[in-house]
Amino acid sequence: MVLIFADQTDGQFKKTTFEALSYGAKVAEQLGVHAEALVLGTVNENLNSLGKYGVTKVHHVRNEVLNSFDAQVYTQVISEAVKATGAKVVVVAHNNTGRAIAGRLSARLKAAMVPAAVSLPDTTGGFIVKKVVFSGKAFANVSLNTDIKIISLNMNAFKIAAVEGTAEVSVLDIPVEAAKVKVVATNKVTGEIPLTEATRVVSAGRGLKGPENWGLVENLAKALNAALACSRPVADSGWRPHHEHVGQTGIAIAPNLYVAAGISGAIQHLAGVNRSKVIVVINKDPEAPFFKAADYGVVGDVFEVLPKLTDEVQKFKGV
Amino acid sequence: MKILVCISKTPDTTAKIAFKNGNSQFDDNGVQWIINPYDEWYALVRAIELKEKDASTVLHLVNVGGADADPIIRKALALGGDEAIRINTTDLHDSFYVASQIAEVARNGGYDLIFTGKETIDYNGSSIGGMVAELVGLPYISLATHFEISGATATVTREIEGGEEVDEVSLPVVVSCQKGMAEARIPNMRGIMSARTKPLKVVEPIEAPVFTTIQNFELPPPKAGVKLINPDNLSELVRLLHEEAKVI
Ligand SMILES: Cc1cc2nc3c(=O)[nH]c(=O)nc-3n(C[C@H](O)[C@H](O)[C@H](O)COP(=O)(O)OP(=O)(O)OC[C@H]3O[C@@H](n4cnc5c(N)ncnc54)[C@H](O)[C@@H]3O)c2cc1C
Ligand SMILES: Nc1ncnc2c1ncn2[C@@H]1O[C@H](COP(=O)(O)O)[C@@H](O)[C@H]1O
Repeated sequence: MVLIFADQTDGQFKKTTFEALSYGAKVAEQLGVHAEALVLGTVNENLNSLGKYGVTKVHHVRNEVLNSFDAQVYTQVISEAVKATGAKVVVVAHNNTGRAIAGRLSARLKAAMVPAAVSLPDTTGGFIVKKVVFSGKAFANVSLNTDIKIISLNMNAFKIAAVEGTAEVSVLDIPVEAAKVKVVATNKVTGEIPLTEATRVVSAGRGLKGPENWGLVENLAKALNAALACSRPVADSGWRPHHEHVGQTGIAIAPNLYVAAGISGAIQHLAGVNRSKVIVVINKDPEAPFFKAADYGVVGDVFEVLPKLTDEVQKFKGV
Repeated sequence: MKILVCISKTPDTTAKIAFKNGNSQFDDNGVQWIINPYDEWYALVRAIELKEKDASTVLHLVNVGGADADPIIRKALALGGDEAIRINTTDLHDSFYVASQIAEVARNGGYDLIFTGKETIDYNGSSIGGMVAELVGLPYISLATHFEISGATATVTREIEGGEEVDEVSLPVVVSCQKGMAEARIPNMRGIMSARTKPLKVVEPIEAPVFTTIQNFELPPPKAGVKLINPDNLSELVRLLHEEAKVI
């Protein structure tokens, strides 16, 4: 059986969870077994509906301790659930929660784990999964050599596939340890699309000259229904908040569309964005290295190109 | 207080990524090795700042690797560690093997605080901190952007989906560090001089299993090449994004 950990925040599932569920269902199909989901804590949604992503059963551990996150407690509960259900493959999303628990789970279950996975397993002669290495500049095929296997699925690496079906929900009774980590505050970035969840991203660099010009970037992002990102010097200079910084030392993203305005395309910047499906570069310097990594390029001044492009997108959308 | 910082060796961020021996090995020809940026800029510097605030703090560094890691360990000592431990392994092992070695040092050292980087920029595992925490039986806070300590309690801000969370936890704890924790520093002359005489202990590894093996590496397929669009004809770009790329 393939068990997918369906991560929730404030009672709601995220895009990365649906990706993990769809992926897990496909792995199960390939192995000729069932896919089942594991949900921890209180949820607002109807759990039967997770059947839409291909799982036949949802195991629900309802203990309220699980409404705040402690990696140690989560690991204990997920490990017990793996043992109780006899799962042989465990799938988690390689998001912030996944990064906190995948290693712990591997150590606790003495099970091989592949982080930042981007492919379905090749099971022809073993169990081999492709993962990102060198910050997106290459891939490694990793063989998982234990009885139980854990896959931490990279974000935006697998398409969500909705199917017909509902899942049976069963309450799983697992004693939960007391949490040692106490959550004292949460600050959510509201009203914006979180960068890691976004399918489209508009990003800008030092070519924008100063924070006062970001309206141009925001307008294009709004027209495209995209999230905002920036290069490192932009965040370091305080023009934009740190959580928008993408690249080697910032966030790594893999949206369908990445628009880069006034960014030179340094190798450390590319490391965070080179897995985007389509890259559009706007730069006044035709020699800017970013053009080598781009699918579409506009050689021009951002102060002219951004407003015009925003207009054209709005026209296209009939606004 | 006793702090352990996990230091790994990675290729420089601008290194050319290529493979040899039938794509089974990283081609390190001409590659510069550095301290993994997350370990150096965030984990190590924050630990040094804590030591600067409380001079009784003991700061140890640990690396699992061969003698070729000594230069980066010396650099870390020059930045501010008191003593380094290198667990002598030359072969390529997996994350669990490395974590088992670090856990052994952690268990015997009686550390109040263990810092790792968010991830290595070559393997991109993001997994060793959690493994060490589980093996030693400690709480783990990952992707930390701020870290403060007061008595035996740590207050840690960590990144969550679409925001951040502030956690409180009693020591000892394992924390993985990223941007925000501290600002990068460069070693000064006094640090470089004193690093030469600081202890760098080499110990032999304990037995530990290996769960995964890398079969081979692949480079992504090359891009087809950029299609340039005239800045006066941006409706063409919108058309291509819709009809050809199908992203809007
Ligand atoms: C270890 C390490 C890690 C790093 N990590 C990251 C990282 O995670 N993310 C990151 O982004 N960087 C990172 N960097 C920094 C990186 O090397 C570059 O310095 C940085 O990405 C440059 O940012 P930029 O492109 O915004 O600025 P610049 O390099 O200054 O480029 C500005 C660009 O704007 C163009 N431009 C200027 N005016 C206009 C105009 N009017 N119209 C159109 N175009 C214009 C210019 O032609 C130029 O190409 C890292 C560096 C190191 C050493
Ligand atoms: N060989 C190693 N020796 C010491 N610490 C390491 C080693 N490999 C990884 N680490 C630590 O574990 C963190 C996460 O590594 P990884 O799980 O490989 O992405 C790194 O940022 C280091 O702090």
